[in-house]
Amino acid sequence: MAIDYLYPEYEIVRDTNKCIACRVCERQCSNEAHHYDPEQGKMVADNAKCVCCHRCVSLCPTKAIKIVKSNHTFKANANWTGKTITEIYRQANSGGVLLSSMGNPEPFPVYWDKILLNASQVTNPSIDPLREPMETKTYLGKKPGKIERDKNGKLVNNMAPQLELATPVMFSAMSYGSISYNAHESLARAAEELGIYYNTGEGGLHQDFYKYGPNTIVQVASGRFGVSKDYLNAGAAIEIKIGQGAKPGIGGHLPGIKVSADISKTRMIPIGSDAISPAPHHDIYSIEDLRQLVYSLKEASDYKKPVIVKIAAVHNVAAIASGIARSGADIIAIDGYRGGTGAAPTRIRDNVGIPIELALASVDARLREEGIRDNVGIVVGGSIRSSADLVKAIALGADACYIATAACLAMGCHLCRTCQTGKCNWGIATQRPELVKRLNPDIGYKRLVNLVHAWDHEIKEIMGGMGINSIESLRGNRLMLRGIGLSDRGLSILGIKHAGE
Amino acid sequence: MKRIYVNEKWCLGCHLCEYYCAYANSGKDSMVNALKNVKINPRIQVEEGEGINFAVSCRHCKDPLCVKSCITGALTIENGVISFNHDKCVGCYTCILSCPYGCIMPDSEGHAVQKCELCTKNACGEPACVKGCPNQAIVFEER
Amino acid sequence: MSKIVIIGNSAAAVGCVEGVRSVDKNSEIVLIASEKHHTYSRPLISYLLYGKTDEQRMKYRPDSFYSDNMVDTMLGKTAVSVDPKGHTVKLESGEVISYDKLMVATGSSPFVPPMKGLDKVEKKFTFMTLDDAHALDKAISAESRVLVIGAGLIGLKCVEGIADKVKEIAVVDMADRILPSVLDAEGAELVQKSIEKHGVKFYLNDSAAELEPNKAKLKSGAEVEFDVLVVAVGVRPNIALLKDAGAECGRAIKTDNKCQTSLKDIYAGGDCTESYDITIGAERVLALLPNAYMQGNTAGVNMAGGEQLYENAIPMNAMGMFGYHMITAGSYEGNVYTEKEGENYKKLFYKDNRLMGYIMIGDIKRAGIYTALIKNQTPLDSIDFELIKQKPQLMAFSAEDRREKLAESH
Repeated sequence: MAIDYLYPEYEIVRDTNKCIACRVCERQCSNEAHHYDPEQGKMVADNAKCVCCHRCVSLCPTKAIKIVKSNHTFKANANWTGKTITEIYRQANSGGVLLSSMGNPEPFPVYWDKILLNASQVTNPSIDPLREPMETKTYLGKKPGKIERDKNGKLVNNMAPQLELATPVMFSAMSYGSISYNAHESLARAAEELGIYYNTGEGGLHQDFYKYGPNTIVQVASGRFGVSKDYLNAGAAIEIKIGQGAKPGIGGHLPGIKVSADISKTRMIPIGSDAISPAPHHDIYSIEDLRQLVYSLKEASDYKKPVIVKIAAVHNVAAIASGIARSGADIIAIDGYRGGTGAAPTRIRDNVGIPIELALASVDARLREEGIRDNVGIVVGGSIRSSADLVKAIALGADACYIATAACLAMGCHLCRTCQTGKCNWGIATQRPELVKRLNPDIGYKRLVNLVHAWDHEIKEIMGGMGINSIESLRGNRLMLRGIGLSDRGLSILGIKHAGE
Repeated sequence: MKRIYVNEKWCLGCHLCEYYCAYANSGKDSMVNALKNVKINPRIQVEEGEGINFAVSCRHCKDPLCVKSCITGALTIENGVISFNHDKCVGCYTCILSCPYGCIMPDSEGHAVQKCELCTKNACGEPACVKGCPNQAIVFEER
Repeated sequence: MSKIVIIGNSAAAVGCVEGVRSVDKNSEIVLIASEKHHTYSRPLISYLLYGKTDEQRMKYRPDSFYSDNMVDTMLGKTAVSVDPKGHTVKLESGEVISYDKLMVATGSSPFVPPMKGLDKVEKKFTFMTLDDAHALDKAISAESRVLVIGAGLIGLKCVEGIADKVKEIAVVDMADRILPSVLDAEGAELVQKSIEKHGVKFYLNDSAAELEPNKAKLKSGAEVEFDVLVVAVGVRPNIALLKDAGAECGRAIKTDNKCQTSLKDIYAGGDCTESYDITIGAERVLALLPNAYMQGNTAGVNMAGGEQLYENAIPMNAMGMFGYHMITAGSYEGNVYTEKEGENYKKLFYKDNRLMGYIMIGDIKRAGIYTALIKNQTPLDSIDFELIKQKPQLMAFSAEDRREKLAESH
């Protein structure tokens, strides 16, 4: 047998005084980390199989289990860390590209945490959101540059199609394939109840979910999976996916094994065939090409639906956004480098792209400078973790935020970051029927609704403190922000003053 | 009347309902004390099949064959709940013979039977299986 | 408001009271019974002797049953004749009770066959009523040798009841096996062996050719000495009352599926009646408590103007001997599926796409699922029969059936 170079990353710690050997841990672990040993008459664990997803921890009725990080160590080395060494071993074992999922976990600075919010004192009274009206409704889309009148002097409605959001949050794209039917149903039903939108991702729209169309954004990506006229007209908006924060510049690959009958039908590809999304759209090599696709989609949907162009936050994001704002798109969605994924090469996820905070600030500034900010709405995602992040994003210039990781967490995800294995114990990032059923949409949708309601309350509290009663008055209001521990360069890109200034 | 309903679509076969049932009816104040080193004999039982699981417990029929068949009068309908009087039961098992759902079983001592009484007679107050189900596969509601 | 008269005070009579009251809270109910006792469960008399119950606990319904249900009782009174035209019942005392609807639940009586020398036996008993049980209990002691004639349900439950209280027990039966109406040969042997562990001696294929005061000479030539004799060879339905009144009778009183007799306004149920056994497609006496209750209940509902049918009757039995349990139902014909492992024994009988009957001994878990298959005449090709053969389970039903069973109100 070959040498096993890998030492288990986690240890399953069981309090044998508490364990009643009910075996729920064993039954619920798709990685088969637990089993009952009849000889010892007790439960035992194979730590090597544990991915630290906490399914067993959460379901153990006596709370007898916890997962700890192994303190097994390599000789201390600030350069060659245990993680780095282990990755080398894994690649030397497999010869393959390292795969990861969810967002970049590396300890890069989180700019949201270096930005502080303002509040009113004395001169500009704060508002109690429980006593006074407080508006978090917002509209996404192109705003008209001028008032038009007909020859009789009557106002002409020159408003482009808009998305109305009861709260400035949307569930960002996760395809049916990368996540389960029940996860999609949860998102769709929550979006409907919340008066917001969820996004199909690039995997098409399951027939069962056409009924949630008024709260659906349908995505068109480089693979064009599941795209048809009906699909384009099923949603409230159409999103062209150019890039994704977790893996800018590369495409996607849903292995054939995950292309079940249902997914094949939804994606409009044969059962068992690999679903490969090319890195670029092969018909888009310029803003002019993009414009053609934008207008093709508008044509197909009778100019009734806003078209969103989603890009990853990369170095020259501002210039790209400027081009998109001129392409006819109604909304630009920007995905920061901490955005999640169902599977991405680790090196790409952890090293490519830029923080959404900086990307947003520079895009908003650039579009304003060029006088085209009203050409488009701006939606940002790529790690909006709380209502505070969201408020900061709005103040930096976003119209609304996309959340996906937070939504997955609400549905039960424990960020074990092994979506790529397809064995999600929480029934989210899996197509295995026995795992999919673990997410009951009746529960999942309610938890999503709760999360967004909670954020909405918090947004109102924060706005009230600032003396602002409408989310639209907060948009781009960078005076409400101050930096802390940031360099002058960082502050200037963010367009905010340092705390104390 | 509120009854327990089972939706096999959401049953994970985790068997937690059985353990919560056994605990609720143990009279003990901690699950560990109640169930450690105990072979449980719950009043709700999970059936397992190929990718299908579901829990079965007394349906509390409006026209209960068990009550009609009981030779001692130990089984009665109390406010819609099929209730069991352990004191009267002699363990003849005629109810086991009669129940079309297989929801009455010998108790652990084997001298009498036991059945779900919707946790009306233990400290749980509402069905422990329903509270303990992680996926709402078992619900307690009016239908 | 009508007047309902019930003759009898056991399961069918109680079922009738509850049936009437489920429909009609007002009608007058008069209950006449020869026994003076509050309604009690006859099958419990063996458990009484066994020490598993007592007189208070063996009451079939609570003390307040008659008052709760507004029943006027005439206990200790025996009905001697019925005048169906005049709608009256005459009692032994000479009293005449009028009725609008009459329920006859007179049950059955122990059958004591003619046996040479029986009259010489001093301590001889039958085992049917509470009084029988008391009398037997008084007669036995730790030194008693008991001979039970009849290895059927009554005889064996009597054996269980007194086995630990007496010195020795022997059981004689003409049949080649114990519980011949309930078990097949193989099952009977298992149960017999288990009973024999409790010191009970069996003489099968045999009968008492001649009785002396303390000895039975058996046909086989064997001799059994005894102090106490229990005769439990069977029962006979008490049909005289209605037969004399002109009701149609076979071996017992005939009723329709509303439990009405051939006489207007007269209903009957329990051991004194025949039921239509769907497993053999013929009428027969199914003398068992659950059926008696259901017949009485059906009669009661119909007497009070409601509608309920007594259908799908089958023979069935649950019985334990010293903690070893057996559950059986239906008739034993057709193809056979057998499972035997240690103390556990199971046989399923099926033909024409139906489960006809079953025997479960030892492991009797969820037997009712099999019972329901027989009662409902479930087509076996509509379920996973191979699966349900292994053990009774709802998994064997279709998804739609399961949903109906588990997600709908019953």
